[in-house]
Amino acid sequence: MSGWIAAFSSADGALAAARQLRDARAGRIELFAPYPVEGVEEALGDTRPRWLPRLVLAGGVLGLVLGYGVQWYTTVVSYPLDVGGRPLHSAPAFVPISFESVVLGAALAAFVGFFASARLPRLWQPVFEVPGFESATRDRFWLAVVPTSSDPAADLGATLVDLGAERVEPLEGAP
Amino acid sequence: MAEATAIGRPAAPVLEGRPGDAELTDALLSPIFQPGPRVARGWLLLVGLAVLATGVFGVAIGATLTLGIGAWGNDIPVAWAFAIVNFVWWIGIGHAGTFISAFLLLLQQSWRSSINRLAEAMTLFAVVQAGLFPILHLGRPWFFYYLVPYPATTGVWPQFRSALPWDAAAIFTYLTVSFLFWYLGLLPDLASARDRAPTRLRQRLYGVFALGWNGSMRHWHRHRIAYGLLAGLATPLVISVHSIVSLDFAIASLPGWHSTIFPPYFVVGALYSGFAMVITLLVPVRRAFGLERVVTARHLDALAKLTLAMGLLITYAYVCELFTAWYTGDLYERYVAFVSRPLGGFAGAYWLMLACNVLAPHLLWLRRVRTRGLPLLGVAVLIQVGMWTERFVIVVTSLSRDFLPSSWGSYAPTWVDWSLLGGSIGFFGLLFLLFLRVVPFVPIAELKELRETRPEGLEATA
Repeated sequence: MSGWIAAFSSADGALAAARQLRDARAGRIELFAPYPVEGVEEALGDTRPRWLPRLVLAGGVLGLVLGYGVQWYTTVVSYPLDVGGRPLHSAPAFVPISFESVVLGAALAAFVGFFASARLPRLWQPVFEVPGFESATRDRFWLAVVPTSSDPAADLGATLVDLGAERVEPLEGAP
Repeated sequence: MAEATAIGRPAAPVLEGRPGDAELTDALLSPIFQPGPRVARGWLLLVGLAVLATGVFGVAIGATLTLGIGAWGNDIPVAWAFAIVNFVWWIGIGHAGTFISAFLLLLQQSWRSSINRLAEAMTLFAVVQAGLFPILHLGRPWFFYYLVPYPATTGVWPQFRSALPWDAAAIFTYLTVSFLFWYLGLLPDLASARDRAPTRLRQRLYGVFALGWNGSMRHWHRHRIAYGLLAGLATPLVISVHSIVSLDFAIASLPGWHSTIFPPYFVVGALYSGFAMVITLLVPVRRAFGLERVVTARHLDALAKLTLAMGLLITYAYVCELFTAWYTGDLYERYVAFVSRPLGGFAGAYWLMLACNVLAPHLLWLRRVRTRGLPLLGVAVLIQVGMWTERFVIVVTSLSRDFLPSSWGSYAPTWVDWSLLGGSIGFFGLLFLLFLRVVPFVPIAELKELRETRPEGLEATA
């Protein structure tokens, strides 16, 4: 599978081109930019994973169960120690560590969830072979199009130039 | 000179001028790739000094490990002293970074963007210093893993009804979450550094740490979700960590410690010293790297106002402590609050604390002090001295004068105590200096986004 990738000098230019390509059903589109561009969901389709926040919630719940569970098990079951006649299951004393475990579990889930959903780490990617692509983290907006149908890909390169791209390069492989 | 014009206006902008994306990227990457000969020389000189101080730290740690904590001035009844004072001071300093990053992100304060990474790095390095002290204080630090609940052949577990395992959990969580938050925020800028690196080796190094970030909207969207969630998690965490540290004191029955105001009092004190440390680091860094357009008078002004607010809150906490001591009618509470602290052997520390923490911040009512580097730096250093002294007063005066005069005692630090304090400052400085030259310390992508999406946010109304 191969397509085209084109550099635009402004976010608006790249977004306008993305909308045109979307309306023409040109194929799969992705935008690479130095910062998140406003209104891109509307042009590219909203791909934000709904499961990521739920994973974070699950991480927090798991942290709570483990954090409280370890304290309960060690203090009540495994090593009961009478300290001044206080109850073995002293719930208020377990609150601080349980809270910290919730935050730790949820934060680890958010971190791992980000990398899993972004499919990182992946040190080499096809786009890194495109000459001049370094500018995507500096000041250029790169729009990649990979045709899904059997349209001749060469036309797409010409279309990108027509849409105002300042530079168009072939892209080998999925963006 | 940009600063001089900004002072006269009601509110200075967050970002001066309208630098282009390319210009901004290059300017913010220049400290790591081409800092200029004067900056590079000055940096090397400071690194040399910090290495010396870190060496002193190493010697003092070596003395502690070989001689035992008998090398310190601690003894019964003052069993805590410098180690715990330093611990609370450093962990307190470590609170401002995450507060600035996470809390101000949730409140959409645009001025946070220029300084959050520096503040977060400060947090990480301060928490590293803080973590060392309780471990050294264990006496046999090589058994520190006893604090972790692992199934040992002895069948013994940590005592979770004691505040000390709470502390260990809080600090470990705080260090981990702060690091994750910092690294996630850094990822796009590491990719920027990768793409602008002048040599192949550096390109590869930054490439490995950027983990393949390509700036696609797929990455940005997920990044934004995860970063926002981490900010939401880090904000209550900041509050919880110093609250838990304060419980080390508050759940003991000692006069001057056993008080319900301790958690909020400690959190405010932590933020107070943390903001002061951010100012202490930011003022010289801004000057040395010529960042007056990115870190403007408005940043200094906002930080100074936050510091002043914390100063007023800490004053309230002091007054409240005195009032409660008097109002309880408890003989021992009254003795600590009105006799042993203000008039006893450590009265000098007590009055120094009041001068630095209660009087000094009032200079921040003056706009001239808030927006000019040097006077602001002076106030910030005074506040840090004051906050260290406050922890000294809390720990040492209470321990040396408990209920029975027969168990009273005194305390004097040894050279090892002083070397550990000074050495930890040196080690902190060393880590911070390395950070300045290794990663982009002003968030590049965030500033570009700020410039692009909220142009009004950059003007006087921000």
